[in-house]
Amino acid sequence: MNPIINIKNLSKSFIDESSNENTMILHHIDFHMNDGEFVSLIGPSGCGKSTLLNIISGLDNPDNGEINISDIQSNNRLGKLSYMQQKDLLLPWKTVLDNSILGLEVQNENKRVSEQKAVELLETFGLSGYENYYPNQISGGMRQRASFLRTILTNKKILLLDEPFSALDSITRSQMQKWLLKLWKQFNKTILLVTHDIDEAIFLSDRIYVMQNNNFNSMQIIHVELPRPRTREIVLDDSFIKIKKEILPLIEN
Amino acid sequence: MQNTIKKINTKLKTVFVQWFPAVILIFSLLVIWEISCRLADVPKWLLPVPTDIIVELYEHWNLLLGHSFVTLYEILIGFSFSIISGILIGGLIVYSKTLEKAIYPIIISSQTIPIIAIAPILLVWFGYGLLPKILVVGLIAFFPIAVNTIDGLKSIDDDLVNMMKTLGANKSQIFKKIQIPNSLPYIFTGLRIGMAASVIGAVISEWVGSSEGLGYLMIRSKPQFLTERVFAAIFLLSIIGFLLFLLVNYCEKKIVYWRTLSE
Repeated sequence: MNPIINIKNLSKSFIDESSNENTMILHHIDFHMNDGEFVSLIGPSGCGKSTLLNIISGLDNPDNGEINISDIQSNNRLGKLSYMQQKDLLLPWKTVLDNSILGLEVQNENKRVSEQKAVELLETFGLSGYENYYPNQISGGMRQRASFLRTILTNKKILLLDEPFSALDSITRSQMQKWLLKLWKQFNKTILLVTHDIDEAIFLSDRIYVMQNNNFNSMQIIHVELPRPRTREIVLDDSFIKIKKEILPLIEN
Repeated sequence: MQNTIKKINTKLKTVFVQWFPAVILIFSLLVIWEISCRLADVPKWLLPVPTDIIVELYEHWNLLLGHSFVTLYEILIGFSFSIISGILIGGLIVYSKTLEKAIYPIIISSQTIPIIAIAPILLVWFGYGLLPKILVVGLIAFFPIAVNTIDGLKSIDDDLVNMMKTLGANKSQIFKKIQIPNSLPYIFTGLRIGMAASVIGAVISEWVGSSEGLGYLMIRSKPQFLTERVFAAIFLLSIIGFLLFLLVNYCEKKIVYWRTLSE
């Protein structure tokens, strides 16, 4: 199978402005994703997960290394992948509905058609009745879902999701996960999910990359060979726990 | 129906609670002024008491109102010019680096010229009419509006710009959809400063040379020792300033609606 995203020997460092020191964030990273794969990226804060996503999305460029995304020939990857950042980044002057269709608005889609698409998903995203509210009138969890809806509506083949469910309570989180799996299967998306939650990563993914803070170039790959469709009860399964036991020591190091 | 009345009642109550202490304070100060001047027998031409000013306002209402409208007219026209030019030039400066390099230093350095000081020259060029006053008002209010517009357009959250980029937005889309709305609260700060300055600009340019307006009335009343009339003019000027302030605030609430949303 041909990888849809292929990253070879990628490095990225930042200059710390206060100490003027060069801090290596990503160090000779190899990373790939196959077409239609669900991959998670876990690791402690500050290990460079968001940096890697920024680079894949085209917001940032690597210092060294190669990054190839099939279907995207040019170097400008911006606007060609769906990217949900950690912050909700909703526009305070737009309603929930107008925020959710921002991506379509930028692409000059017909406003009424876009709104129709968004309205159909409001129920699923737990936002129905709140479409005319402004971001500072709703809760953090709702804002995150509105941001998620905005990302989904851009409707690209590859989805980059940076902790999309972190602000949600466990029931809503579980609903959104189920819905994400449905979307993934139905439209054959390729999804890269950054998360802190090991259970979430195992439950959703085909493969998990574990990033570590102390040793940059060791990204461990864990294959999750659990049958699909998976149910909630799978977290109690021996095979699930076995994978979890494999990951835990990697993170705690 | 009953609900609406209830709503209006609560609103009146909050307004009352909000303003009550200030009103009481002002009223007591006026009473102290009145009583102490009467007790000390201060002559009217030196310091009129509040009731003298009220009598003056009542007896010469038409005269005072006529001159008030002239001043208000100068302020409104001049201020409108400064809004249009301030926002337009501020926008152009942020949009184009070349224009920024060409215009911005000139705007900044032109601020070292006290605008009031050029009022006599404008009088020489354009006479005693309304035009030189409108120009002074326009010039004096232009700077804070332009500078705040530039500030507002520039002080944009990079994360929002990046988010727009990941959606595939181009420069003009980011300008229109992020920078302009983001600048609106800043522009209103500029409008408030410019508004206060424009009242001063109008009065002083009337002092320099004019045949009508509240500033003219003050200059004319002073040598006649009609001090209560000067006070009445000051009172009306502050009313004009207050009304314009309310107008700017009202527009801000309507245009920058997301700032005052209830949680």
